[in-house]
Amino acid sequence: MSINRRQFLKLVGASTVAGIGGTAVFNGLRNNGLEAAQTSPDPRSLKGTGTVTRWGFVVDMSKLNPEDYQKCIDACHSIHNVPDMSGLPEEVRKRQEVKWIWKDNFERTFPTAPEDVYQNIELKEKNFFLFCNHCAKPACVRVCPTKATFKRNDGVVMQDMHRCIGCRFCMAACPFGARSFNWRDPRGKDDKGQPFIKPEKENKEYPTRMIGVVEKCTLCTERLAVGKIPACAEVSNGAIVFGDLEDPNSEVRKIIASKYTIRRKPELGTQPSIYYVIGGGEHAG
Amino acid sequence: MYNSGKIIAGLIVFVLFVTFPFLFNMGKASAKPKPSIDTPVINQMQVKQCVESRDFMRTEHMQLLNSWRDSVVRNGDRIYVNKAGQSISMSLQNTCMNCHSNKKKFCDECHNYMAVTPYCWTCHIQPKENMPKENVL
Amino acid sequence: MLDKALTGSKRYWTWIFILLAVIGMAVLTYLKQFNEGLGITGLSRDVSWGLYIGQFTFLVGVAASAVMLVIPYYLHDFKKFGKIVILGEFLAISAVIMCVLFIFVDMGQPMRITNVMLYPTLNSVMFWDSVVLVGYLMLNLVIGWTTLGAERKGVKPPDWVKPLIYLSIPWAVSIHTVTAFLYAGIPGRHFWLTAVMAPRFLASAFAGGPSLLILLALLVRKFTKFDPGAEPIQALAKIVTYAMFANVFLLGMEFFTAFYSNIPGHMHPFHYLYAGMEGHNKLVPLMWVSSIFAVASLVLLVFPSLRKNEKILAVACVMLFTSLWIDKGFGLVIGGFVPNMFEGITEYWPTLPEAIITLGVWAIGILVLTVLYKVAVSVREETA
Repeated sequence: MSINRRQFLKLVGASTVAGIGGTAVFNGLRNNGLEAAQTSPDPRSLKGTGTVTRWGFVVDMSKLNPEDYQKCIDACHSIHNVPDMSGLPEEVRKRQEVKWIWKDNFERTFPTAPEDVYQNIELKEKNFFLFCNHCAKPACVRVCPTKATFKRNDGVVMQDMHRCIGCRFCMAACPFGARSFNWRDPRGKDDKGQPFIKPEKENKEYPTRMIGVVEKCTLCTERLAVGKIPACAEVSNGAIVFGDLEDPNSEVRKIIASKYTIRRKPELGTQPSIYYVIGGGEHAG
Repeated sequence: MYNSGKIIAGLIVFVLFVTFPFLFNMGKASAKPKPSIDTPVINQMQVKQCVESRDFMRTEHMQLLNSWRDSVVRNGDRIYVNKAGQSISMSLQNTCMNCHSNKKKFCDECHNYMAVTPYCWTCHIQPKENMPKENVL
Repeated sequence: MLDKALTGSKRYWTWIFILLAVIGMAVLTYLKQFNEGLGITGLSRDVSWGLYIGQFTFLVGVAASAVMLVIPYYLHDFKKFGKIVILGEFLAISAVIMCVLFIFVDMGQPMRITNVMLYPTLNSVMFWDSVVLVGYLMLNLVIGWTTLGAERKGVKPPDWVKPLIYLSIPWAVSIHTVTAFLYAGIPGRHFWLTAVMAPRFLASAFAGGPSLLILLALLVRKFTKFDPGAEPIQALAKIVTYAMFANVFLLGMEFFTAFYSNIPGHMHPFHYLYAGMEGHNKLVPLMWVSSIFAVASLVLLVFPSLRKNEKILAVACVMLFTSLWIDKGFGLVIGGFVPNMFEGITEYWPTLPEAIITLGVWAIGILVLTVLYKVAVSVREETA
């Protein structure tokens, strides 16, 4: 049997592809997973009352003094090891900061309900907390090519940092600018040698993230799993009320039913789960 | 053979290139890895028992961790029932490293020998050598 | 046939080495980006896509443009394109390779790229984009190589190539439609949320790609013994003219909808791009150059006496290609991110490392193109 060089090379190429491809498929199909009976939720985890759970917030900024806003932000960022880039020059910090919760004024929080000159001045200048809205129909989940961001059964839009490829499609899709990307190593240092995650503030029970992945508020799933409400809500003095939007008797539903609340950019159809109590005149402040 | 000079020279270069790792490490035998379980938490255990048996962990700990990862992050399930029927909280940082708080003398022993660098530690915070955390979920 | 790329004149090898030098520099810069993070680019939390994704978007259009040769030649027997179809298919291969590379350098975790295939997400446009791009690359590689090989042997291509060629026609349209879907389905960004995104992409692709092909054909004629002929070039020029009219018309439609409706969210990106907002006007000169070049190139193209003059045609093609490169490779992406989701302005401008990496990817694409064209031209010279 004679074989010419071309046929030989084709044979080698095909064998290599079949070999590598075959092994990959074989390994992929091998059942590495755990049996379903072996894993279960922590019995302490917070559960809704009905068949469908939808966790959400009602935010009433009137319950919090402006000097206490930072408490809520610090509570979240410290337990989640969110890098603090305030040591960087301002133009760099603005571009590369990572934030899960922050505050901003009415105009920026609700840009599609633009204020006009006649509106209540106090309301215009009031600060609101912004976080991920954990939408019921999230655009970010729709576009993620690897399901690194996905919607849990309890309504939380979760982020799997292990799977994220850093394509930032979710950041383009999110209409609320809720997502941050790790443009640099979060465990790095600024120009003065200060680490972004201070060792004395590090929460050793929660991981950091790595360069090149997207992160955002996860509604404190690690706390929900052990029966605690999200950290920002806990220290908010009642300004952030956490509850099950699908439970008609929950506190969040009661507030929404009795007060005037709005959500950010509702016209886009993502159905945010964060409701903001709004008032004018005597209701503001 | 046509171009025999070039072909033989090329073959010699190829063989050298392919066997370079072996040539480079010749004579530098590494000692067999001895992972140590001498940590405060393990020393206090009556029966020194991991989540699963030692042989299972030796071969399957990475597969187990991957399954734990998907279970906790993607399914929200944090309790694992091991082969002996015990319930364990699935967490690398808070469960595994609570007992094995000596990463250098335990995890790194075998990993360095096998020249693997798992990048778990880029995110999951390593315990301070041999100091367990106070609270375990 | 690849061996044909290994023999060449001094000029050929000098060109190859220049490209390799640029690529080398870019690889080193990419390693810096890989280690330090994408923060060394001009990207930010507000403008999270920039030059890399813009170039990717533009090059998908160039890749799709091969279909403007395939349809007349294979579907309608327009024999004049017979000699240059291969140039279009090889340009498509080079362009798709550049697209894939631009995605790769833009990713935060490129080592995890297999996750896209391991966890296919059918509702994600990006998943489909990777599928159709890889498929298109395979199609063009197989079709191009087989037809060229057959020509070299002096026989007709085998029958099984025909269905693949027919498949490549809707597939070419699909790659650019899917890329347009990356933008056109995003709810929060009004600059992108338009039904004409896909038609505009296709129109600009069918103008930009063939105009590049005209320039390449003129270069091939100048530097090799292969002359594509004046008639195919003129036929291409007519396609470019009509496609560019469609593109400029559609852009005009965008302006109308934004400004006649007077909706702030629609108008603001146009304000920022063409007039500047709140003192931020980095992109204004660039966008006006793009518009002026677009109109100027159309003026040169619409009059047959000017179009038939190949020197004037070349100038028109350069202006047109530049105009589209700015519009699609830069302005389109930035316009979606500025103003940001809070109606604030964070500007974007590529940094030097970003520019070097971009240049490097282009150099890789041009290298692939040079090698493939060398093969094609050598086969032509052999069989002539």
